[in-house]
Amino acid sequence: MKRKEIAIKCLKATIIGLVLILMYAPILVLAVFSFSSADTIGTSGEFSFVHYQKLFGDSAILTMIGNTLLLALLSAALATILGTFAALGMHYNKKRIRKVIGSISQIPVVNAEIVTALALAITFVAVGIPKSYFTLLIGHMVISTPFVVLSVLPKLKQMDHNLYEAALDLGASPAKALFKVVLPQIIPGIISGFMLAVTLSLDDYIVTSYLKPAGFDTISTYVFNATMKGNAHTAETLSSFWALTTIIFVVILAIVISSNLVGRRKKEAKK
Amino acid sequence: MTKFRLSRKSLCIPYAVFLLFFVIAPMLIIVFYAFTDKNNHISFMNFVNFFSDPTKLTTIVYSVVIALITTVVCLLIAFPVAYILARSKIKRKSVILLLFVTPMWINFVLRINAIRELMNWMGLLGETNYFNTVFGMVYDFLPFMILPLYTQISKIDNSLYEACADLGGNAFTSFFRVTLPLSMPGVLSGITMVFLPSMTNYVVSDMLGNSKVTIIGKFIETYFGTNWHMGSMIALILLIVVLLSSFLSGGFREENTRRTTA
Repeated sequence: MKRKEIAIKCLKATIIGLVLILMYAPILVLAVFSFSSADTIGTSGEFSFVHYQKLFGDSAILTMIGNTLLLALLSAALATILGTFAALGMHYNKKRIRKVIGSISQIPVVNAEIVTALALAITFVAVGIPKSYFTLLIGHMVISTPFVVLSVLPKLKQMDHNLYEAALDLGASPAKALFKVVLPQIIPGIISGFMLAVTLSLDDYIVTSYLKPAGFDTISTYVFNATMKGNAHTAETLSSFWALTTIIFVVILAIVISSNLVGRRKKEAKK
Repeated sequence: MTKFRLSRKSLCIPYAVFLLFFVIAPMLIIVFYAFTDKNNHISFMNFVNFFSDPTKLTTIVYSVVIALITTVVCLLIAFPVAYILARSKIKRKSVILLLFVTPMWINFVLRINAIRELMNWMGLLGETNYFNTVFGMVYDFLPFMILPLYTQISKIDNSLYEACADLGGNAFTSFFRVTLPLSMPGVLSGITMVFLPSMTNYVVSDMLGNSKVTIIGKFIETYFGTNWHMGSMIALILLIVVLLSSFLSGGFREENTRRTTA
């Protein structure tokens, strides 16, 4: 019996380990070669930072990284404001209105990204609005705002409504009660909605490629174009992507680990 | 007081206007283009052409088969992983679960590029286009299958397993009579989150399939440059299928949305 239990335990660990190795292998291989002087994966080279030097020396790549981050923060901020107000309005509205807005808001969530992108692009052309930063921003907001609404609404449902009434009874103006009493209770939902909006924007390719102005690139469109279309500098560019992938991987790992530690400390503090 | 109650409700007006302009209007415009011809006359020719052209139908069938294989493979890998994570007493379970989700936050084009480099090294790029595409999609969408399965399986009440054992059930009965039926909602939402992107995310099929694999998403994109009317028709058909399937699967649950657990 004991032996059987150990065997099952080993089998479980192997399954988990194998899948994790499969998921991380491509990124780890790139990370290893990013520290070598090799120009193609699989060829030997010496330890070197040459790919990192190339990455930080390429102004086109640095610009598109900046573009990506700025677009993500800006579209997420706008989506968070729009979505939070929407959730508040929906919460205090009649059930029927809440349901109608809620279901329309779900369309971009369940829809294939290509359909959302094509529909928006055709609409802008039909109305005569040329592709610009504005159209790109709208595209990202269409994708992310529903997720902000989805993460704020449950917090509003959990909220204790007596507190708001109490604030009014104690002489607070409705606006003040909204900001001082309601807002602090739903702030976790607003923050997670914002984070969700940032990650959706950072990860997007299809909507960006349909709505971006010419000459503007995000990480997704830049990497896709560099690998698919190829130009004289392709080999150089491709190997600097190894360095970029490694840096992003390390940053995300750091964020995940630190937020996990903070979460655990909070849990312990509550105990 | 009454005046403010009114304005509190009106906070959702900006979003309602936003949805009207950028969600409803685009969908109506797609419907308009799908049922008109080049001279903007009403026509059902796009619809007829779509279903009478064997090459178009072949592409669709290939795309659906690729998506089916991707979904099944994702399910076969994700189910054991989710089951082990949810049902075993592992130390630091939350950390291991996080490890499975972390790759989702790395830009997916960079991740697909990493696989591309690896396949190039192994000499697969340009050789096994369909295999590469399915591999890349499984790699990309696996977390979206693991998460809903994990959430659903960890909700199963432990006393059900005890009852099953007390009534003489062995490991197989407890799996087929308890785990499997009760994890079905998770399986369904996992399938919806994997199946649709694997029919439409042409970044994966382009980068790994050497532009030789055409899925429905790529199909729409090629028509965007040449024939909006046909492109809109395919997009409309896809839209109707998606809305119907989400309506049939009992409306929208929160697990149905990407990354809400993130």
